[in-house]
Amino acid sequence: MRVDKLTLEAELHEVRDRIRIFDLDRREFLRLCAGGLLVTMSSSAAGPLAQESGRGFGGHPLPQEVSAWIHIDADGRVTVYTGKVEIGQNIRTSLAQQVAEELRAPFTSIAMVMGDTDLVPWDAGTFGSRSTPTMGPQLRTMAMNAREMLLEAAAERWKADPATLVAADGRVRNPATSESLGYGEITRGEKLTRTLGGDPVLASATVWKIAGTPEPKVNGRQFVTGTHTYPSDVVRPGMLFGKVVRPQGYHATLVSADTSAAEKMPGVQVLRDGDFIGVVADDFWSAEQAVLKINAQWKVPPQISNAELFAELKKGAGDNGLSEIAAALQNAEIRLEETYTVAYIAHAPLEPRAAVAEWTDGKLTVWTGTQRPFGVKDDLAKAFRLAPGQVRVLMPDMGSGYGGKHTGECAVEAARLAKAAGKPVKLIWTRAEEFTWAYFRPAGVMEIHAGAQKDGTLVAWEHHNYNSGPSGVGTPYKVANPVTRYHEWQDAPLAQGSYRGLAATANHFARETAMDELAHALSMDPLEFRLKNLDDPRLKAVFVTAGEKFGWGKEKSTATRGFGIAGGTEKGGYTAACAEVEIDADKKIHVRRIVQAWESGAVVNPDGLRNQVMGAMVQALGGALFEQIEFANGNVTNGHFAEYRVPRFKDTPQIEVILLDRKDLQSAGAGETGIVAVAPAVGNAIFAATGERLRSMPMARERS
Amino acid sequence: MPDLKLNVNGTLRPVRAGEGEPLLWVLRNKLGLTGTKYGCGEGQCGACTVLLDGRPTRSCLTPAAAAADARITTIEGLEHNGQLTPVQEAFLEEGAFQCGYCTSGMVLAATALLHEKPHPSEDEIVEAMDGNMCRCGTYPRIVAAVRRASSHSEEKKEAAYARR
Repeated sequence: MRVDKLTLEAELHEVRDRIRIFDLDRREFLRLCAGGLLVTMSSSAAGPLAQESGRGFGGHPLPQEVSAWIHIDADGRVTVYTGKVEIGQNIRTSLAQQVAEELRAPFTSIAMVMGDTDLVPWDAGTFGSRSTPTMGPQLRTMAMNAREMLLEAAAERWKADPATLVAADGRVRNPATSESLGYGEITRGEKLTRTLGGDPVLASATVWKIAGTPEPKVNGRQFVTGTHTYPSDVVRPGMLFGKVVRPQGYHATLVSADTSAAEKMPGVQVLRDGDFIGVVADDFWSAEQAVLKINAQWKVPPQISNAELFAELKKGAGDNGLSEIAAALQNAEIRLEETYTVAYIAHAPLEPRAAVAEWTDGKLTVWTGTQRPFGVKDDLAKAFRLAPGQVRVLMPDMGSGYGGKHTGECAVEAARLAKAAGKPVKLIWTRAEEFTWAYFRPAGVMEIHAGAQKDGTLVAWEHHNYNSGPSGVGTPYKVANPVTRYHEWQDAPLAQGSYRGLAATANHFARETAMDELAHALSMDPLEFRLKNLDDPRLKAVFVTAGEKFGWGKEKSTATRGFGIAGGTEKGGYTAACAEVEIDADKKIHVRRIVQAWESGAVVNPDGLRNQVMGAMVQALGGALFEQIEFANGNVTNGHFAEYRVPRFKDTPQIEVILLDRKDLQSAGAGETGIVAVAPAVGNAIFAATGERLRSMPMARERS
Repeated sequence: MPDLKLNVNGTLRPVRAGEGEPLLWVLRNKLGLTGTKYGCGEGQCGACTVLLDGRPTRSCLTPAAAAADARITTIEGLEHNGQLTPVQEAFLEEGAFQCGYCTSGMVLAATALLHEKPHPSEDEIVEAMDGNMCRCGTYPRIVAAVRRASSHSEEKKEAAYARR
């Protein structure tokens, strides 16, 4: 299974998504948890989700469109069901904090059921920094309503006015009589249900007691003791191990295959189905050995290599007609016309794709690592011509994804092998398979034409992005009639798809480098130049904060030490970074220090947020300095960690994350935009030291 | 298939391993110790780190048969009677993980380092841990956790000394 063309931008996934109605399994589930309190929410009526799905009510009667639900059982245990998944971004903890907050229940009483397609309502997936701004308010609204229902039920029992009762710590108390009931005691034997619609009305973050605090990750102990079950750790009774024979290049066709030696191995079965060749064996080692014994010959069509990449990507432009802002440019006192590029890079999550597939009475169950359990369920239903009710996907919290695990190829392969073998099959991709047969962050070419007056006023702006995507292409700076455009290229040489931040990294690299070039051409301080051309107070605030904490302007760059700044906003997150680089005697670049200011509205969990932003900064350094997929003739030629360098301990500078907690604003997502400012800040610092302007990511490679 | 007896976490475990089969697969697939992770199979990422006689070792490149005479410690072998080691405690206290997939290898690499050198400098920590990869980029917190564990170990030793 190779996915040749993936949707570039998460937003497109969302538009394509459709609102589902309950299938029988979920109705059955609702009946089963009837004892207790159940709150569901109409996704079509909820403002944020309506935006996410891009659809309105759709004419379905309630409660058929439900985005999540909360159940409180007779023991007071609270279970939250959501299609969002935990991939390291800490959403399991931060959503539970928000439920505990609004429900006035202990944090430890909340359990999250996530990403099990039989138990949770349909969800588009976990991407686009959407979990916090969409699922957060929905769960808070449901929890708040559950609290109201509990107060009303207690009031009825005590013949009291609900307004006089107090909900706290999972109990309702009557201060007048000192009576008190646990939430479970209130619901016992009764069935309380409510389905909500309309806009959420939520408590302000200024009064949060559980949300807004640095609650540690709920399953941290499992990580340090090795007891957490990742998708690749799932074991089923009678399970076999699978391997797939990979083609010798992209778009290859099978010419011949001799599988006789593998078939003779004890406990090994070989499956052939067209160009698909797979094996299953009693143990993983035998499966690996069996695949090595299969002699398959493939015909690989000629394909381009790195060297031709950027010319290829610009084919999508057609007759571009640069520059559309000719008149404005003509009148500018300072002009800039430059081209910037970013390479293909790999997500390289430490846990590669993994799936365990099991067929029982015609029903398929697959445990797999994915950011889109329902998307993978669709893939499986389509591949095996199954009704939705015949497929279940479970997503144990996985070894991350960074946008790289949206697709279900490994799940489909495992299911194919399991179907042929008549037993459950586990398939784990090798690192080399992950580097070759997954998909990549798109490479891109960015062209910027810009003009400014000598007083530092920006007067002309044109930014074209070829192939990498539209995210972050628009400029936040004040300028009349800017032209910003994304040029799609359908025949990109490698499979490409979402990557943390999407094209915002590429577009910020181009724009923030160009802004630095203009500032230097104007002999203006780069921070001052930006602030002069900014209106957005939130973006200004992160720039000013990063500059202050870094000590911007206190020391001048020298030939061996340079300082750079960059920033931007995307997906509701605002960020600015200051970088310090050292150039050693061998002219090697060392990034010594990065200070990054971050603002994404009210902070739900400052410890988790700080961790996530710091991680984005470290990951950003890889793409900024040395990560690059090399390819030729339909093959990746550096698909190993020994050749494809990702950031390690030694590459990590001193990092400071400054969080601006705007309790007066809705919480935005924070998984992605923290990655955008580092590359241009580092590049600008290199220029400040060396006078050498690097316009291609990865920059350390360009330089060497 | 040779029959082996592996000394894993203080227990002798009889197991059949294929000729050349890596210790990683035997631990994960035959002994049910899935805390040891596959990350690359090439000794580059450290997710599969175990201790052989206390030394950090890449179980993906070590044939199981070669570990037959060694004391093998996996992540599952650190906790005793519900008591975490100072390194495990320190990782929890620093929140030194995101997805947690690298954590087993990180904890074991740090455990070996602190056994060898109870008070490493920051540079020594970075040098010793550099073969372990965290794609989520949690490195600064991991360094902080190793430092914290280093001072914890000292406190515990001092406490033990005071009790004597």
